[in-house]
Amino acid sequence: MLQICIHPFSRGRGRSARPPSPGLMMLPCSRALAGALNPKLTLNSPVVVFVSAAMIQPRVLEQEELRPLYMDFQATTPMDPRVLDAMLPYQVNYYGNPHSRTHAYGWESERAMEVAREQVANLIGADPREIVFTSGATESNNMSIKGVARFYKAKKRHVITTQTEHKCVLDSCRVLEAEGFSVSYLPVKANGLVDLELLEASFRPDTSIVSIMTINNEIGVKQPIREIGGMCRARGVFFHTDAAQAVGKIPLNVTKDNIDLMSISAHKIYGPKGVGALYVRRRPRVRLEALQSGGGQERGLRSGTVPTPLAVGMGAACLVAQEEMEYDHQRVTMLSNRLINKLTSELADVILNGDPKERYAGCVNLSFAYVEGESLLMALKDVALSSGSACTSASLEPSYVLRAIGADEDLAHSSIRFGIGRFTTAEEVDYTAEKCLHQVRRLRQMSPLWEMVQEGIDLKSINWSQH
Amino acid sequence: MCAFNMATKTQVLSLYRMLLRESKQFPSYNYRTYALQRIKDAFRANRRIEDPKMVAKLAEEGHKTLALIKRQVKLRHTHLYTHTRIHTSSSWPFRLEPSLVSELISVYCYT
Repeated sequence: MLQICIHPFSRGRGRSARPPSPGLMMLPCSRALAGALNPKLTLNSPVVVFVSAAMIQPRVLEQEELRPLYMDFQATTPMDPRVLDAMLPYQVNYYGNPHSRTHAYGWESERAMEVAREQVANLIGADPREIVFTSGATESNNMSIKGVARFYKAKKRHVITTQTEHKCVLDSCRVLEAEGFSVSYLPVKANGLVDLELLEASFRPDTSIVSIMTINNEIGVKQPIREIGGMCRARGVFFHTDAAQAVGKIPLNVTKDNIDLMSISAHKIYGPKGVGALYVRRRPRVRLEALQSGGGQERGLRSGTVPTPLAVGMGAACLVAQEEMEYDHQRVTMLSNRLINKLTSELADVILNGDPKERYAGCVNLSFAYVEGESLLMALKDVALSSGSACTSASLEPSYVLRAIGADEDLAHSSIRFGIGRFTTAEEVDYTAEKCLHQVRRLRQMSPLWEMVQEGIDLKSINWSQH
Repeated sequence: MCAFNMATKTQVLSLYRMLLRESKQFPSYNYRTYALQRIKDAFRANRRIEDPKMVAKLAEEGHKTLALIKRQVKLRHTHLYTHTRIHTSSSWPFRLEPSLVSELISVYCYT
């Protein structure tokens, strides 16, 4: 359980406070949370909270034990049976290396890989020669940002991105900064969308690439890709978008949306884990410096054996996504509206993070005020949910995306992301909503802040005084 | 796979029933519910199609899907399956059966 011990400590000394016992972790704490737990603290002194290192204990489920409902489709998705059916022959029997040119094993494997490439290309309106298979969207993002920036580094030293990008994009930009590039991290508006005028003002004559993700994996907002692409095209700047959450869910066309580079991830669209693709435009040609050197496979951009079964699975996933896009979109929107309406109508102080209209319906990020996110997740142990993206959940800090959209610290701590996908049923959504209502009410009963709000006290006007 | 020159109403209906019967055997609640609903919606959406070539083409796709579902159901029965908290029937879990595994390999390696 959560053990909290609050110490004010002087900023100058740094680590002057010691944890009272081993096994507890020392953390800087949001003042709202600390103030809630110990109203005797003054707002001005920085506070330290000692929290037991794992609030949610990992535990392997027993063989016969019932499993939680899966509502975390932004983290990963189960494989569609049609995809698995396409992959299995290549895992079992047709196991050749697609780059072997001398025998039937290689030829059939290569043919399967090329068919898969075409299926991926058809989904986004590209030419098959423009698709490069990678190990996932993280590798695609790394390749495109670092590759383009380094290729054009003689004349162009500026990169533009946003503060809500995926960690791999932000980390690639940090590496570029260490190499001497200058990176602009654009802030986003309170609804999560990029400010187009600010973007326009950020362009410099030496900007080489702009990277903005299509659909955010944490709050689900959909950026105005077409307008951004138009702006970049007009200025001769390459436009890269991390479309891992968007491909196969909303219609995307690289020509109409003026996209030069696009990252695709298979395991977000009901395909296998471990494979992704990068779309690299050929007309006008985008040049990249290859990240992975080797035998020159994939047009020299990504050397290494293409994993045929995974590529076939990705192609099948893209084919199925293209056929099912309309049907899935209707179902997911209906289920998402059902969940949001149920929760917002029966509970007070529930905030939907991100723009209510420009969003993908399947990603619902709600903040329940006066309830701690981790404790709500623990209470909802029948449902597999997350607060913040899987990549950042190792630390107990609130997600940087929520901070970027200007959510208050305490609201950022109490946010939960509900993911709805192709295989979610109405029964699961109703069950989740019921459990959530019940647990939020129960947790609010125990919350001192909630009591104060019920009495009509305005929390922001409280002057926490120290004795 | 024989070609259908003309898929009659009874053939289409029997295909529909077979698809639903096979889909009910998915051990996973999510796949089972999705497959049943999707099949019903797909047949309902194509209810009004009159052109016999189109009907034959769709019927052939339906038969391919039926074969796919049969293979997938068999595959999922070879692995122990556990249920989510919304599913209460406990009649599905199977232990790993080596004979079924080799049958599956032969099923998946059509030439």
